[in-house]
Amino acid sequence: MALRQEHEIYNRRLGRNLGLGLVLLAFVALIFGLTVVKISHLEEGKLPSAEASQ
Amino acid sequence: MSDLSAIDHGQEAGFGDYVQLLKPRVMSLVVFTAMVGLIVAPGHVHPFVAFTAILFIALGGGASGALNMWYDADIDRVMRRTQGRPIPAGRVTEGEALGLGLALSVLSCLMLGLATNWFAGAFLGFTIFFYVVIYTMWLKRSTPQNIVIGGAAGAFPPMIGWAAVTGGASVESLLMFLLIFMWTPPHFWSLALFMKDDYSRAGVPMLTVTHGRRAARRHILAYTLLLAPFPLALALSSIGGPVTLAASVVLNLIFILGAVRIVRRDEASAEADGYKAEKAFFRFSLAYLFLHFSALLVEAGLAPFGLGGW
Repeated sequence: MALRQEHEIYNRRLGRNLGLGLVLLAFVALIFGLTVVKISHLEEGKLPSAEASQ
Repeated sequence: MSDLSAIDHGQEAGFGDYVQLLKPRVMSLVVFTAMVGLIVAPGHVHPFVAFTAILFIALGGGASGALNMWYDADIDRVMRRTQGRPIPAGRVTEGEALGLGLALSVLSCLMLGLATNWFAGAFLGFTIFFYVVIYTMWLKRSTPQNIVIGGAAGAFPPMIGWAAVTGGASVESLLMFLLIFMWTPPHFWSLALFMKDDYSRAGVPMLTVTHGRRAARRHILAYTLLLAPFPLALALSSIGGPVTLAASVVLNLIFILGAVRIVRRDEASAEADGYKAEKAFFRFSLAYLFLHFSALLVEAGLAPFGLGGW
């Protein structure tokens, strides 16, 4: 038997922290993807009027 | 909180409990109908933007689910169907649900607005407000028509999906709304018929409790008949087509026949066979909605091949 028996609650906390970490990573990836899509659309000629008039 | 007190408490929430607060099963309906609204809308959005839009519409729906669980925790503790939810089970506090719901509401509206347009973002905000304030806080506990008007909240997602592409509303998106709006009462009343004592124990004025089960049966038939013109009109609209029309005729006939069966039964015969007809009607109502929206998807999918649509 192990000297320190881990309580089940630590597993649950680990799961919660990992879950939240993954959600945050996914959110970062989402913002990055959205930025790439929006900027590449700008480059396709849909420049905002202020830039287009220069 | 020290580690010891946490262990003593023994009811700490896992990640899944927070997911549970977002009512994932309701979310699946929101995702599906919003996706159809987005796909059948005229115009084009980048697939990644479309994905983001659906994700945040779903998250907005989830946020309103969390706010609903926060406000309805007292009812959920009494009703058998909802006693296992994270708050009644003691794994998540009411304050946590409120915080999560509010934070996700703001985030989802902002992100939908940034990703698509502010009309869609504001529409999502209005939907959350409608579900939480108008339905959960006000109508659910005060009128037996709660399901009828509250159903509007569940009917908005395809309109939001449509708005994400077009930046506005139209007859077609309104018809998708009306299809879900009119479908909700018979769907929930049939559930209330065989989930008997739950609503009365919780003091929610369901039609079955306030006006009796006989009246609820008649209402199911009336709403099923009133519902039928809307999917048929949708099938004849610019996003419909022969597939939708054929599907709609068949589905409405089966639905109306099911409602007639329900109205012809009395409580004794329903109890004798364990609410077989009511349960069958409830299950079919899910297929009814799913197949109508699937038919619209088929029309959109056939369009590039010169098929589908009128």
